[in-house]
Parts: sequence; C-alpha cells; structure tokens
Amino acid sequence: MNAWFRQHFAAFFRAIRRLAAAPLNTLLSLLVIGIAMTLPAAGYVFLDNIRTLGANHTGIQQISLFMQTGSSAQAVAAVRERIDERLPGQWRFVPRDEALQQLKNTEGMAEIIAALPKNPLPDAFILEPDDASPENMESLRAEFADFSDVAHVQLDSAWIKRFNAFLRLGVQTVNLLALVFAVGLVAVTFNTIRLQVLAQAEEIEVARLIGATDAFIRRPFYYSGILQGALGGLAALFLLLSGLAILNPSVTQLAALYGSDFTLHPPGFVYFSLPVILGAFLGWLGAQLSVSLALRHMQ
Amino acid sequence: MIAGSHLVKRYLGGFEAIRDVSFEIAAGAMILIGGHSGAGKTTLLKLIGAIERPTSGSLIVGGQNLTALRNSALPFLRRNLGLVFQNQKLLFDRPALENVLLPLEIIGLPLREAQRRARAALDKVGLLAREKAYPIALSGGEQQRLAIARAVVNRPSVLLVDEPTANLDEGSARQVLDLFAAFNQVGVTVVIATHAPREIPGRDLRLMTLDHGQLLP
Ligand SMILES: Nc1ncnc2c1ncn2[C@@H]1O[C@H](COP(=O)(O)OP(=O)(O)O)[C@@H](O)[C@H]1O
Ligand SMILES: [Mg+2]
Repeated sequence: MNAWFRQHFAAFFRAIRRLAAAPLNTLLSLLVIGIAMTLPAAGYVFLDNIRTLGANHTGIQQISLFMQTGSSAQAVAAVRERIDERLPGQWRFVPRDEALQQLKNTEGMAEIIAALPKNPLPDAFILEPDDASPENMESLRAEFADFSDVAHVQLDSAWIKRFNAFLRLGVQTVNLLALVFAVGLVAVTFNTIRLQVLAQAEEIEVARLIGATDAFIRRPFYYSGILQGALGGLAALFLLLSGLAILNPSVTQLAALYGSDFTLHPPGFVYFSLPVILGAFLGWLGAQLSVSLALRHMQ
Repeated sequence: MIAGSHLVKRYLGGFEAIRDVSFEIAAGAMILIGGHSGAGKTTLLKLIGAIERPTSGSLIVGGQNLTALRNSALPFLRRNLGLVFQNQKLLFDRPALENVLLPLEIIGLPLREAQRRARAALDKVGLLAREKAYPIALSGGEQQRLAIARAVVNRPSVLLVDEPTANLDEGSARQVLDLFAAFNQVGVTVVIATHAPREIPGRDLRLMTLDHGQLLP
C-alpha cells in the first residue's frame, strides 16, 4: 500500500474513531441530517409517483383533429396519410355525416338538426397515440395544427395542462425545499466539525509543532464530514423506504376504490445513491468551511 | 550544523526577546543555553525549531536557511528536529504508546513499523513496561521521559530541549540528563535551555549564556 493511500486510510479511521468517541452527538447529527434529507427526497418520490399516475392512469388520451368545412376528399386523404406516417397508435376517421348522425341520436338534438339547411360539421379524426405523455400529446397537437386544410386540433383533456403546471409547481417547491435543507445540512456539519476541531485543539497544536502538514490536520475532519453526510443520506433512505412501506397498503386500498392497481414505487436505482452522494458532498463542504475557520482562529 | 548570524526576534507588540545574537553549534555537539528567566532561552529554541520566525538576521539549520523558507516547507523541517517542550505537551487522552506514535503517523509510516519504532523509543527511555499507561498515571520524571521518547522516535539529528529538569527531583533529573548524554553519545546534536545549568558527567558541554536577549561572550 503506498503512502498516499495509507495516509488517507489512517485519516478515515481517525475520523471514525472521533465519531465513535461521541456516539450520542454523532447519532443526533445523523438523525438531523437524515430527516433534513428525507423531506425533499420524499417530495421527489411523491412527484415521481404522481407523474406516472398522470402518464399511465388517466384513461385513453385523445386528440381530435377537425378538417376545414368543405375540405375535398383529396385533402382528407392527404391528412389521413400523414397521420398514418406520424402516429404509432390508433386513429379513427369520423366523416361529417357520421358525426351528424351521432348528434341526431343525442337526446333533444334531432329537431334542431333537422331544422338546419345543411350539415355544419366538418370531417374529423380521433387520434389515440400510444405515447400519451403530456409532452408528446402537446407536440403532436402543434404538428397537426400546421397541416394544411386542418382547421383545429384539440387535446381532449385540458387537465393535462393543468396537471403539468401543477407538477412543475411541485418540482419547484421541492427544489426550493431541497436547497433550504442542503444549506441546513452544511450548517449542521459545520457545527459538529467545529466542535470536533475544538475538542482536538491540543492534538492539533502538538501535531503542528512536530511537523504535521495542514493537509494531515484537515484530512480526518473532511472524512468526518463526508462520513456524517453519507450516513445521514443512508438514514434518509431508510426513513424514506420505511415511509413508503408504511403508506403503501393504504395507498393500494385507496387506489382499489377507484378501480386502479396503483402503488407507490420506490425511487430508481440511481436515485438510491443520490442522498448518500449528495450527503457526502454537502458534509465535505461543511467540514471544509468549518475547519478553515476553526484553524484560522487557533493560529 | 546550526548557525545564527545577527539574529533578532521582535515579538508582536515590539518586545525584542533576542537581540543581535550570532553563534555556531557544530553537528554532534551538546550545548546548554543558560541565563536568567526571561533572557530569551525559550525564544532562541523556538527560532531554531522553526516555531517562531526570526525578525531579522539569518539562521541556518541542517543546511536550510530558516529566514528564507516558505511556510509550507516548515513541517518537513520540523520532522528532522526532536522537540521536548517545557510543559511537555503530552496528549492526556491517549496512552503512552499512542503519544509516541503521533510523529510517525504524521510521516505516514505503516502502523506495524510505527509501533515497532515507538516501542523501541519507549524502551530507550525505560518506559516500555508503561506503554499502556495514560500520561496522568505517570510521575513527573516518567512524563518527561515520555516526551523525550516522542521527540526521538523520528531519529532526529538535532534534539531541542526546554527546561528538562525544572520540575523534577534530583534522581529523575539525573536520569533525564543521562538520557540526553546517551543520545549525544551516538551523534545527536543536543541543545538544552535551562535557567540552572549543571554538569553532565562524561559529556563535553558548551555553555551559551543569554542576558536580556544578548549572548554573553
Ligand atoms: N509570544 C510572546 N509574545 C511577546 N513576548 C514574549 C512572547 N514569548 C516570550 N516573550 C517575552 O520574551 C522574553 C523572553 O522570553 P523567553 O524566551 O521565554 O525567556 P526564557 O525562556 O529565557 O525565560 C520574556 O520577556 C517574555 O516575556
Ligand atoms: Mg523559557
């Protein structure tokens, strides 16, 4: 093992020793960090679940495409061809006569329609794209609206937009929350590391006098911060998964009442490591600030 | 070799603790720095040990000019010096062996090798049997010897010692001085600051006496 690795290993174990030397303090810090990270993480998981709920459980999403009244059969055929090219999914052509017929069958409409001099309805297409994500629906709408002889394209659920806006607001809120808690996490680490530095003041002084470099003195505190953040992240993951496990039976029950088999799903694998990595980074940042300040005061 | 030339140390606040001091200490010599309390003995040791920087003049230790050295180079210079502080500065939160291990951790020695060397150093000062003892459980003389073990564990070529016998009874003082004599015997340059210089049997001592920051001829 070369000297560099050995120095880092030694600092790492020294950090563990220092954390273990004050177990109650360490445990409390981990809990504070864990809780601070659980809240935004839970927010993200919640939003992620809502998003899949929006994408998969809203029933069939349709786009209605209305031709200009009096469009020629060729124009209709051209549009039909382009839809066929463009669309993975189902579509249906509703000729204006059929639409009128349907309207006639509607209660109370028959007399009104009979009084009309001619059929006022346009030919229409009803599209049911396979990919019903809000983004895709919106881009299809924009695209079809540009076809010549197409009078109007309408997404059959305006609530997709509202849902999207709600989701965006949710993400912004959780981002803000995460930022606030990240600052909190840095502050917590800052404080615990500051206390550690003060507790080690004598060792630091002696070590300096007998030839310790600045890096040697700082290193264990960095590892302390990193460890604390990473373990806090693990605690957050544990809290989060426990929370999901506790809530899920109720969620499943509720969903069943609406005829859905929806359950809360845990974050994906990448997101699993995120609290740990983020915690480690923020812990390192807090330690960095704290050690620099504390050592400057000690000189 | 240690050589000072027109050394001046002015502390923050303007007090001149060392005033135009020039001297030479040959490698392998044993030197006593005497003088009244406040004469500047500790300050001179701190200058040689690169703990304080001279205000002016030049100071060469082990071929390095301390006045010109960058701050970042100081730790590496200190590793070649053994320092025994007046109040020892032992770490009371860990046993004797761990106190002696600290300098070796600093240079990044593998633990096994470090422990072997720390035990050898404890053995030299007669404390091997007390390696697990915490400093608080050691007598004054034992604490002083523990501090010496920590100072020599890096095998420094120069040993700087501040008032090593100030708080010791006659027997312990003898023991400690004999230790320095033994290190000097094997070629270590030993510089001892003391307000009460005394003979050390079997050693050729040179006495440098400070008076209000100046070296008496
Ligand atoms: N850090 C310091 N700041 C200001 N004055 C100091 C400092 N250290 C020592 N002195 C002063 O310098 C003089 C010499 O101190 P010192 O070298 O400790 O003397 P000695 O060790 O011979 O008793 C004393 O008057 C002391 O008060
Ligand atoms: Mg003194």
